[in-house]
Amino acid sequence: MYEFFFILIPRHFPFLLEGAVVTLQLTLTSMVCGICIGLAVAIGRIGSKAPLKWLLAAYVEIWRDVPLIVQLLVIYFSLPTVGISLPAFWAGVLGLSLNLGAYLSEVFRSTILSIDPGQREAGESTGMSRLLVYRRVVLPQALRIAVPTVGGYFVSLLKDSSLVSFVSINELLRNGTIVISNTFRTMEIYLMVAIIYFALSFTASRAVLWIERALTPRYLRRNWEPSLSPKTSEVPA
Amino acid sequence: MNTPLLEIRNLKKSFGSLEVLKGIDLTVDVGEVIFLIGPSGGGKSTFARCINFLEKPTCGDVIFSGQVMCQDRNGGHYKAPEKLVRLARGDMPMVFQHFNLFAHRTALENVIEAPIWVQGRNRSEAIEDALRLLGEVGLRDKADYYPAQLSGGQKQRVAIARALAMHPKLILFDEPTSALDPELVAGILETIRSLADKGMTLIVVTHEMGFARKLADTVHFFSDGRILESGPPDRIFDHPETDRLSEFIRSILR
Ligand SMILES: Nc1ncnc2c1ncn2[C@@H]1O[C@H](COP(=O)(O)OP(=O)(O)O)[C@@H](O)[C@H]1O
Ligand SMILES: [Mg+2]
Repeated sequence: MYEFFFILIPRHFPFLLEGAVVTLQLTLTSMVCGICIGLAVAIGRIGSKAPLKWLLAAYVEIWRDVPLIVQLLVIYFSLPTVGISLPAFWAGVLGLSLNLGAYLSEVFRSTILSIDPGQREAGESTGMSRLLVYRRVVLPQALRIAVPTVGGYFVSLLKDSSLVSFVSINELLRNGTIVISNTFRTMEIYLMVAIIYFALSFTASRAVLWIERALTPRYLRRNWEPSLSPKTSEVPA
Repeated sequence: MNTPLLEIRNLKKSFGSLEVLKGIDLTVDVGEVIFLIGPSGGGKSTFARCINFLEKPTCGDVIFSGQVMCQDRNGGHYKAPEKLVRLARGDMPMVFQHFNLFAHRTALENVIEAPIWVQGRNRSEAIEDALRLLGEVGLRDKADYYPAQLSGGQKQRVAIARALAMHPKLILFDEPTSALDPELVAGILETIRSLADKGMTLIVVTHEMGFARKLADTVHFFSDGRILESGPPDRIFDHPETDRLSEFIRSILR
């Protein structure tokens, strides 16, 4: 016990934390890319015609039917054979965000389709373009509905990113295994790794809750009291 | 006022193999108030939606304000480019049965949305205009309420203000009172009447026969995808020529 807290932790924790920073970078970057992919695919599947629609559906199906670790391995080892050399970090981001994008596209697709078609028609009947209808009418409503689900995927991603340790990215888990191979303190080091993952995920899920609350629009909140805001009451009636 | 504001010739619309509109002719002059009546399923909504291209007509001509929106040409069917269609839509907004207010925007934001984003008007001007219009429909004090906090009648009045904010040439109403509690209907009809009094051109789909009789310049009776009878309200309601119309009037009055 004494050894764990006063020798092993001071000696190895900094190195593990370096890995945790990479884990965070990997997660945040992949999240942003995954959201962009998911949104583009969702809108594409709703709005496009036969060949593209088909292709996008195939992407979603395939990526959801192959284990993430296998996808990562395929991407990592097949990219160089087709002449693309990405740094390991970005190969990891590519793998994670393609996987996440497939799942998020389904989330966005269903929330977009859940918006009453009357909303879209109201926009179109005032002369808005389809793009403007998406931007001003559909997406602001659909994305707010998607926030809790997307938040859940974020926390999962934080943990699933540990799989990229298999493709030699020095994130938290891989740094742990490196320490273990030098010290053979398997149990203690994995325990430290577990504690760090817990701390990260716990913080992340609290943050997601907070964002969820902050983003819940006034019109969906309970006990909301309408009041004239200064911007309109300044203008004489 | 020789050229009509809206001219429709032989308009047809099919959904797959189902022909819903079977050749409609109709002309609307500036300032005219047109009522469309008829049994449910007769194609009134589809027709109204073909006018502003929420539905694309299958064939026939729609000429709005001198602009050809679609036309039968050399054996084909010409459709105006998307951009022209959008421009025309802004001049003939629609008021829907279920209001369709933007749920995530306040009453005021609903009204200023299209003037700012479609017509490129200056925001503070748009707000001033919107508050005046909300005042006209009696909702100046509800400007910062979200649709979820408004009654059906209030929502519909916001929707009317939203249409007026476009400074349109024509307003399309598709059963504007059918989703309202009976005690709220009169208020909306009063608002529509005031628009007619100010000379606005209106096309109104409704089951409020008393209202149609008082306000209409011309009433068109829709049945089975055709206009069976057209004429001034007294003629239509007091001297129906077809059995279908007399039957419809009897069923409505019962
Ligand atoms: N989008 C659609 N797809 C298929 N059929 C439709 C569609 N919209 C309307 N219809 C059909 O067109 C007919 C006319 O409907 P509608 O125009 O709503 O009549 P009304 O407004 O007079 O009650 C109905 O038989 C209806 O089922
Ligand atoms: Mg209808």
